[in-house]
Amino acid sequence: MDFTFEDQQLAFRDAIHKFLMVEAAPEMLREIWETTRTGRSAELRAKLADQGLTALSVPEEFGGIGLGDLDWVLVQQELGYFAIPDSLTDSAYLAVFLLNHLPADIALKREWLPRIASGNARVAVGHPVNPLVADAELADLLLLWHEDEIHALTRDQLQCEFNASIDLSRRLYRLNWTPTAATRICPARQGGALWRELLDRAALAASAQLLGLAQRMLDLGVDHAAQRKQFGKPVGSFQAVKHHFADVAVKIEFAEPVIHRAAYAVAEDDPRQSAYVSHAKLAAGEAARLAARKSIQAHGAMGYTWEADLQMYMKRAWALDSAWGDAKFHKARIDHSILADGAALGPGTTF
Amino acid sequence: MRLEYTERQKKFREEIRGWLAANVPKQPLPSFDTEEGFEAHRRWEARLFEGRWSAVTWPKQYGGHGCDLVEWLIFEEEYWRANAPLRVNQNGVFLLAPTLMEYGTDEQKARFLPRMASGQDIWAQGWSEPGAGSDMAAIRSKAVRDGDHYVINGQKTWSTRAVWADWLFGMFRTDPESSRHHGLTFILLPLDLPGITIRPIKQLNGLPGFAEIFFDDVRVPVGNRLGDEGAGWSVAMATAGFERGLMLRSPARFQQTARSLVDLYKRHRDVADTDPGIREAVLKSWMDAEAYTLATYRTASRLGKGAKIGAEASTNKIFWSELDLLMHETALRILGPLGELMPDAPSAGDAAHWLDGFLFAQAGPIYAGTNEIQRNIIAERMLGLPRS
Repeated sequence: MDFTFEDQQLAFRDAIHKFLMVEAAPEMLREIWETTRTGRSAELRAKLADQGLTALSVPEEFGGIGLGDLDWVLVQQELGYFAIPDSLTDSAYLAVFLLNHLPADIALKREWLPRIASGNARVAVGHPVNPLVADAELADLLLLWHEDEIHALTRDQLQCEFNASIDLSRRLYRLNWTPTAATRICPARQGGALWRELLDRAALAASAQLLGLAQRMLDLGVDHAAQRKQFGKPVGSFQAVKHHFADVAVKIEFAEPVIHRAAYAVAEDDPRQSAYVSHAKLAAGEAARLAARKSIQAHGAMGYTWEADLQMYMKRAWALDSAWGDAKFHKARIDHSILADGAALGPGTTF
Repeated sequence: MRLEYTERQKKFREEIRGWLAANVPKQPLPSFDTEEGFEAHRRWEARLFEGRWSAVTWPKQYGGHGCDLVEWLIFEEEYWRANAPLRVNQNGVFLLAPTLMEYGTDEQKARFLPRMASGQDIWAQGWSEPGAGSDMAAIRSKAVRDGDHYVINGQKTWSTRAVWADWLFGMFRTDPESSRHHGLTFILLPLDLPGITIRPIKQLNGLPGFAEIFFDDVRVPVGNRLGDEGAGWSVAMATAGFERGLMLRSPARFQQTARSLVDLYKRHRDVADTDPGIREAVLKSWMDAEAYTLATYRTASRLGKGAKIGAEASTNKIFWSELDLLMHETALRILGPLGELMPDAPSAGDAAHWLDGFLFAQAGPIYAGTNEIQRNIIAERMLGLPRS
């Protein structure tokens, strides 16, 4: 029994943190999101690729690093902390998962995995739990659900209609496309299990990002409260304000091990992984929503402005809270798991 | 990361499960806040000691089992799963003992630990005073040095189980000129010394679970001091750290309650679902009990690798105390008008233990440092916000 990460995993996480602190500053991201149609920057993508982020779970034989879900979960927390948009996770974690597990379709793997690893391809993923598909317009390849089959389309094979999100980082599209035998790359028989596994990974990634967002909003709120003075003192010296932040810290402290356990379960194919992922999504969503609520309160009127960076992280948290399964969806999965006849509950059933 | 038990840990679980199955009393013991119940629980401690299960994390030389923290968690899981009796000596075994191991002399360890493990000495805490509750540094009870004794005068209050306990550990002001955290000393004393008067205080359930203790020229040998004279605050903080941190409330306790709550909900689902909030609270209870367990295993792993418990101890205390309230409030919502019935009411059925737990849950956010104090600690020491 060891509930700690390897030193190597933590060192990689720390390196990514330092890198994103410099290369993904809020003012730069806002510039991209607010002034470009695609909301994405080829330059930033190239830098992310230099750090190995696009190659993380691509197998070594296809030009990647070949790491797994446990390595990803720590990175996802950092991606959340720095509000890195969906396209990286969708391409480098989710699409890579599907492509890796395609039954023996070597041609497709050989074509796309090295391109993803090198940062030269963006892949969008369409799962029915999300009514819209993120980053479809810019995608070089789209992997789409149709009755549990997996279809692979290029951008010219479909039409997409932009839908603006409150989260300025998001680029969401409603797709219009026709599944054909030519676009089908995996039959429903195998696809069903792959889509279920994909959903767990996507919800896990969103959970870890939500936790990172919660931490970022807490840090922004604490910084503001330590500097802003009223009644001759920093507002952060008042107990009413302190207790807001303490409550957020408690939520984060107890959400993190839930997310890490879910990552372990996904990595190890634990039969209870879906319930564990749903638990992670709910716990992370709760932490992020509370962090948003308390941080805007501590910011005062500044928190309600476009100018203050807090808005970027709040809006992303609100959006991700309902992406890849909203609270209704995940509560229903928990319900199904723990209220089932013969469910193993209570002391000694956790591992 | 490896979230699986080793073969050795699995064998350990089987061993303790077997012993508990053969030894846990079939009928629940009377409350340890009654004289009869207190003695019954003391006999249970002796029984545990015979099996070397009364203080599993202690070294074997003092009557323990030499368990690491993961084995301790396994022990606790089996203990709660078996519905074994509450631990009448928890203040001694879980709170004082780790402090004794750290600050005690070899003579003190040999003198106090084995008798604690066997239940011969049951310990109570002497922290709070009428003017020193959350503000523990306001302690005024004095211990004045007179040769090789301290002469104690003053008053302690809210001392849990002190009505029938044998020994007290607590803090006294040894430097009359001192104030706040300075000049305090940690002292161990038997509660039957001349000059001690113990007055029971009835708790919410009507039983004398608290006592007030009056000291009138009570002479205690200097050898009963734990740590240096005037160093009481740092010695006491070590105790407070263990208490809030890990040992006071093991996650198994809350997992057992969460599981009972799920069972209660399933048995009464037709009625319970007429209030749509109940199902959500039941799910939340399971999730939070699970989260507390995972967080504790994580802390145990970190401590096993040489880390120290920091301000996360304060997050623990807030989390489990609020969870305990949620679970018992939810159970009473399910039980509705039967929830108010006392255990001996003919119509109470098996519902009454929820009321008892509900009453006890009210105390959780108050004892061991109120949750407001914990929030201040988190804000100042973990988040770095300026002091008020």
